[in-house]
Amino acid sequence: MRDVIAAFILLNAVVLIVTYLTYVERKFAARMQSRIGPYRVGRPHGWLQPIADAIKLLIKEDIVPALADRPVYNLAPIVFLIPSLLIFATIPFAPGLGLADLNIGILFFLAVSSLEIVGLFMGGWGSNNKYALLSAMRAVNQIISYEVPFVLTALIPVLLAGSLQLSAIVESQRGLWFVAYPVIGQLAFIAFIIATIASENRVPFDILEAESELVAGFRVEYSGMKFALIQLAEYTHMFGVSCLGALLFLGGWLGPGSAHPVVGAAWFLLKALFIFLLVTWVRWSFVRIRVDQILGLSWKVLLPATLILLMATGFWVAWSGGRVA
Amino acid sequence: MPDLEARRVIELGYGGNERLVMNMGPQHPSAHGVFRMILTLEGETIAALDSVIGYLHRCHEKLGETLTYAQYPSIASKTDYVAAMTSELTYVMAAERIGKIEVPKRAQYLRVLVAELQRIASHCLWLGTWCLDMGGALGGGATVFLYCFRERELVLDLFEALTGARLLYGFHQVGGTRYDLPEGWAQRCRDTVALIDRRLDEYEDMLESNTPFLIRSQGVGVVSRELAQEVGIAGPLLRGSGVDFDIRRDDPYSSYGDFDFKIPVETGGDCYARYRVRMQEFRESIRIVRQVLDGLPEGPISSKPALKSVGQVRIPKGETYARVEGPRGEVGCYLIADGGPKPYRMKWRGASFSNLAILPHIVPGHKVADVVAIMGSVDPVFGEVDR
Repeated sequence: MRDVIAAFILLNAVVLIVTYLTYVERKFAARMQSRIGPYRVGRPHGWLQPIADAIKLLIKEDIVPALADRPVYNLAPIVFLIPSLLIFATIPFAPGLGLADLNIGILFFLAVSSLEIVGLFMGGWGSNNKYALLSAMRAVNQIISYEVPFVLTALIPVLLAGSLQLSAIVESQRGLWFVAYPVIGQLAFIAFIIATIASENRVPFDILEAESELVAGFRVEYSGMKFALIQLAEYTHMFGVSCLGALLFLGGWLGPGSAHPVVGAAWFLLKALFIFLLVTWVRWSFVRIRVDQILGLSWKVLLPATLILLMATGFWVAWSGGRVA
Repeated sequence: MPDLEARRVIELGYGGNERLVMNMGPQHPSAHGVFRMILTLEGETIAALDSVIGYLHRCHEKLGETLTYAQYPSIASKTDYVAAMTSELTYVMAAERIGKIEVPKRAQYLRVLVAELQRIASHCLWLGTWCLDMGGALGGGATVFLYCFRERELVLDLFEALTGARLLYGFHQVGGTRYDLPEGWAQRCRDTVALIDRRLDEYEDMLESNTPFLIRSQGVGVVSRELAQEVGIAGPLLRGSGVDFDIRRDDPYSSYGDFDFKIPVETGGDCYARYRVRMQEFRESIRIVRQVLDGLPEGPISSKPALKSVGQVRIPKGETYARVEGPRGEVGCYLIADGGPKPYRMKWRGASFSNLAILPHIVPGHKVADVVAIMGSVDPVFGEVDR
C-alpha cells in the first residue's frame, strides 16, 4: 500500500513539474527571442498559463479521422505516454527518495525509454495521413540510430562507477562529478547531450515533427486531450532524460547540504533543469537538419566516437585496477 | 514534362514502384501564402513536382482598366504587398513615360529612398521566413524570424511617419510623390539604418558560423547560369547564379545613376549564394539610403498639382513598358493609354511569377525538407504571382 501511495505522489509530482517545464521553456525561449512570453493568465508573469493550456485542451473536441485505424489511433497516445512515466520509477531523487532503486536501474531506464517509438509509430500509422506516415518513417530511422550512441554514452559512467545502480553511480561521484573527469568526462557529456537532443526529437533533430515540412508530423491528426497526452509524454521523456543526465554526469543530488533529502532533491532538480535548459538553448538557436544528414551524423560520427570513448574508458578503468571513482 | 510524370504514379502501390503523392498547400505552414505543390515522392526523395497557382487571383489587370491614373497607384501596391513601394513606382513610371511627364529631382530622390527602404524591409521578411522554413516555428528559425521582424518594424515605422500607412502606402503619384519628408524624419531614418547595419553583422555571425544552417543551404537547389537565363528568373536568384544584371544599373530610372553602389553577384547558384546576394544587397541599400539623405535636393515633390478629383490626370495616346528592380527582381508594367483618365490595357510582369517557374527544374532529386528551403530562397509573394 505504501508503494502505491508513493507511486501516486510521484506521478502527480512528475506531471506537475513537466507542466511547468513547458512554462519555463516558453519564458526562456521568449527571452532569447526578445519577447516576453506568456504574461496574461495569472500574475505575475502568467504563471497560470500551463493550467489554462491544459484546460483548453481538455475541453476541445476530440476528432478521429474517418479513415483512421481507430484502435491504433486511440491507443497511440497512451502507449506513448506510459514508458515516459515509467522511467521515473527507478530515478532516485535523493538518498532513499525514489520509488525503486533497482540494481539494474540504468538498464531499466534505457529499455523502457526506447519503447516510446512504438507509440510514436502507432500514431503515425493509425492517423492514415501522409504527413504522419512520413513522420513515422523518419521517427523509426532516427530513434533507432540514436538509441545506440545514447546507450553507449550512458555506459561510460557505468564503467567508471562499476555499477548499473543509479544511486551507486551517484555515490561514486562523491569525489568528482563524472563530467569533471579529464577529457573523457567532457566528451562523453557532449555526446550524451547530442544523443539526448536526438532522442527527444528536438531542433536540430526534430525531423519527425518538422512543422514547416510535415505540418506536425505524427501528431498532425490528434486534437484535444490526445494531443495533450502526446505533448505531456514528450516533455515527460525530456525531463526523464535530463534527470538521467544529472544522475550520470552531474552528480545527482550531491551538493552542499545534500545529506537532507529535501536539499538533495532540490540539487538534483536544479541539475536536471540545467540540462533541460541546455537542450532548450540549442533548440532555439539552430535550424533543423535533413533526414540523411541526421543519419550520417549518427552512424558516421557519433557512433564511432562513442565507441572509441567507451573503449578508452574501459582501458583506463582496467589500467587503474578497476577503481577509478 | 515532370507534371505528366507526377500524374502517372500509382499511389501507395505495393508492386515495387512505391510512390506517394503528397499535397503541400495551399494551406501549409510553408506555403508562403497560397501555393500548392503536388509532390511525387519515392521515400523521402522527390520524383516530380506539379505546382498549382491562382488561389490569390484578384483581377488586378482588369482592375487597372477601370480605375483612373490617380486611383490605381494605391491599388498597385496590393500586387506585391511585401514591397508595395516598388509596384506603385512601376505603374506611375509607365504612365509618366507615355505622357512624357517630367518628375522633379527631389521626387526622384524620394522615390529611390523609399524603394531602397522597401528593399531592406522586404529582405528582412525574406530572411525571417526562410529561416522559419528551415528551422521551424519551434526552433532556431523562429528566433531569426522574430529578430528580422523587429528590424522590419523599424522600417515600417518610418513609412508610417511618412505616409500614414504601414503596408500599402499610396506614396507615388503621376508626376512625383504625394508626401514630403516630415520634420526630423531624415535623422530618424539615419538612426534606423545605422541600427539595422549593426544588426546585420549579428545575423551573419549567427547564421554563417552555424553548421546546421550551412549544410541546409549550401549545395541545395543549384541553379546553373544557363538554366537561370533559359527560365528567365530575375533579381537575387539571377545574380546568385552568376549573371551580373540589375536594372538599377543597366537601365537606370529615377536618378539611380547619381548614386554609387555595387551589384553583388555570387556564382554558387545554391540557396547559400542567394542568401549571400541578399545579405550584400541589404548593405548596398543602406549605402544608397545614406547617399540619398546626404544629397537630397530642395524643390517641389511633384510636377503636377495636388490631386483634387479622380479623373484629374489624363495621359495621351501611347503605350510603353516600364520596369523596376524590385526586391524579388524585375517588376514590369505594360500600359496602353488612349487619352482618357484610365488606361486602355494594363499587364503586370511579376518577379515572383517568373522566379517560381524554376521550381520544377531544381526540386526533383531533393528531399522533402529541401523543398521548403528552396521555396524560401526563391522568396515568392503570392499577391504578385496571381495578381
